[in-house]
Amino acid sequence: MGGLMTLADLQQIKERELAAQKKIVLRCCLAAGCCSSDAHGVKERLEKAVAEAGLHHDVEVRGVGCLKLCCAGPLVQADPAGTLYTHVTPESAPSIIAALRGDQTALTQTDPNAAFFALQHSIVLAHSGRIDPERIEAYIAVDGYAALLNALTELDPKSVLETVVRSGLRGRGGAGFPTGLKWGTVAKSPGAKKYVICNADEGDPGAFMDRSVLESDPHAVLEGMAIAAYAVGADQGFIYVRAEYPLAIARLQTAIKQAKRLGLLGSGIFESPFHFNLDLRIGAGAFVCGEETALMASVEGQRGTPRPRPPFPAASGLWGCPTLINNVETFANIPPILRHGADWFAGIGTLRSKGTKVFALAGKIKNTGLIEVPMGTPLRTIVEEMGGGAPDGGRIKAVQTGGPSGGCIPAHHLDTPVDYESLTTLGSIMGSGGMIVMDDSTRMVDVARFFMEFCMDESCGKCIPCRAGTVQMHHLLEKILARRATARDLAKLEELCDLVQHTSLCGLGQTAPNPVVSTLRFFRAEYDELLQPDPHGPRPAAASAPGATVS
Amino acid sequence: MAAKTLTIDGKQLSAEEGATVLQAAAEAGVKIPTLCHLEGLHDIGACRLCLVEVAGGPKLLPACTTLITEGMEVTTASERLKNYRRLTLELLFAERNHVCAVCVANGHCELQTLAGQQGLDHVRYDYCFPPWEVDATHRLFGMDHDRCILCQRCVRVCWDIEGAGTKHVSGRGGKAKIISDLDDDWGDSETCTACGKCVQACPTGALYHRGSTVGEMVRDRSKLEFLVNAREKKLWSV
Repeated sequence: MGGLMTLADLQQIKERELAAQKKIVLRCCLAAGCCSSDAHGVKERLEKAVAEAGLHHDVEVRGVGCLKLCCAGPLVQADPAGTLYTHVTPESAPSIIAALRGDQTALTQTDPNAAFFALQHSIVLAHSGRIDPERIEAYIAVDGYAALLNALTELDPKSVLETVVRSGLRGRGGAGFPTGLKWGTVAKSPGAKKYVICNADEGDPGAFMDRSVLESDPHAVLEGMAIAAYAVGADQGFIYVRAEYPLAIARLQTAIKQAKRLGLLGSGIFESPFHFNLDLRIGAGAFVCGEETALMASVEGQRGTPRPRPPFPAASGLWGCPTLINNVETFANIPPILRHGADWFAGIGTLRSKGTKVFALAGKIKNTGLIEVPMGTPLRTIVEEMGGGAPDGGRIKAVQTGGPSGGCIPAHHLDTPVDYESLTTLGSIMGSGGMIVMDDSTRMVDVARFFMEFCMDESCGKCIPCRAGTVQMHHLLEKILARRATARDLAKLEELCDLVQHTSLCGLGQTAPNPVVSTLRFFRAEYDELLQPDPHGPRPAAASAPGATVS
Repeated sequence: MAAKTLTIDGKQLSAEEGATVLQAAAEAGVKIPTLCHLEGLHDIGACRLCLVEVAGGPKLLPACTTLITEGMEVTTASERLKNYRRLTLELLFAERNHVCAVCVANGHCELQTLAGQQGLDHVRYDYCFPPWEVDATHRLFGMDHDRCILCQRCVRVCWDIEGAGTKHVSGRGGKAKIISDLDDDWGDSETCTACGKCVQACPTGALYHRGSTVGEMVRDRSKLEFLVNAREKKLWSV
């Protein structure tokens, strides 16, 4: 084909796809989690078994993206019944085919209508686990690229912008900056050359939302970026994805190639004057490159270190040009918003946090995996109903959100609705979506030390408070854990938290003390327990409230 | 160019549009402590000593990279800022091995001078004592990483003024290190022109003339100043 796509072409592809649909589809999760336990082997055996049984006219074995319940992988879901097989191995896979014919199967199943699935509201993950992420035709068959077509042929950039503003979408990278406002700023910034960047440098420990989106539905991100480029007047985009995500990179490369082949990227998209080129940039393993100014330096080929803002990227970004940087999930929200309208999106979620949020549920919880819930869903619903609570009869002690920039929310605050403001009030942040559950066997000082070690290792070393401050804070936490610290040391730790928060150059340093601050706020007694009497005199006044737990 | 009026520490003043808070303050005789800033080099806002409070904003801003705006109200020396500066310096002293008594720059060191000015009389944090090495492979100069504060003046002067591009930063966090070329011995560097500008730019005793002993390393910044004035202001006389 090449070059010019039209509405008719798009529809033709969709119809052909739908016509080729077989009666029974066995969807095999081929996202990174299941792949690591031989999901490819499962798929191969299933294909072989289908061929041997002579069922290839009726049964399709389809590799799909994430089926969400990662702890039970490899997963295979059989349509149309929706039966979800768990812990499938290449050896046990053929019995799924037997089950199709009504035979008994020893394979474990899980209820696809259980709370873990039923309480999800899929917008970003709507196609995840359903379509083959390596085929653009599969994405087109679920109305993919229709939003881009509609934007380019029916709407001017201003109305696209208007739609995003009205949707109330906020940045999913963590800070929650209104997406429409950001787009508007870039659109209004003077400059002939503008860029769009997708930040896929997801680096929080325990977070895998963006990876799953890229592995499961890469074209949604591409389409979102193209729409954004049209709205702000950019013609070049970059996806900055970390090298630790080889599968996501491979699928993105495939997706970009396919989109270019069909003329959905490149010049004259949908016979319009709009052209948009998209390239990948692979991060080399620095957490700080998720910070937007460091990310841009890295894209430019320089050492990935942040620079002071202002100027913000919207005014002066890549090579000094106005640049729009959004997170993977933010872009993935764009096509659905344009397809269903701003009001539909604004109708989901809370007053100030619209839409849904994808979380990577991990830690001491029965059901670990990927969930997408409407904003405002109480934490309790997520961890107790969907997550199934702590395993082995443990009790949930705290939930950590926002990774090394976030904080720990204690169990007595589990009724907090998950939205940007509520989490901030509790000293944590929404973050990009990592959610680590801790039970009563977890020591909170340990948690604080873990995250501080992470920040210390990942500090770029440019500014003094972050570079030297994280080292000292880590040292103090080690000292406390080794029961060698006194109240004086704790006071020093708190003093450093304040310094590093308020004087560091970029977000990494400014938020690095958060895990310490939040565990001190809710679990101060655990720190106090470890302190030793001060041989040099009385405790300083600042830290003289023994065992006080503030809530 | 339009002028803007602003207030720095209660002092009303005007400065040219496009000036930084640091420049405006210097013009008005208000001294803001700096460490990574060096006249003639582009500013990177790394040392955080020049952080100031700007009324109406919650964030502290580096004076060296913040441009003045009309009606801006700047505070440069509140108790909070002074405390942060002391803590930042304290962190620096604990970070590497700064032993003034045996340092070539003793008495001519910006870090030492600043610590004195900020009233820092002792360090309360545990010293890290990292095992850094000395690169004494260059025939004229030496680099003692123990005394380096990673201000990147040497990197910037090497790229911005000399244009040789020998100096870089490698590694990250506390392990970040100033290197020559691809972490080669300085003496083996193929790009170094041995101009010595990095040595003149260094605020501490990290970069020094070989052969100098305790307290002998006095910097001569007039060469840098001359070059910058010649290029930027087209002033070719000293």
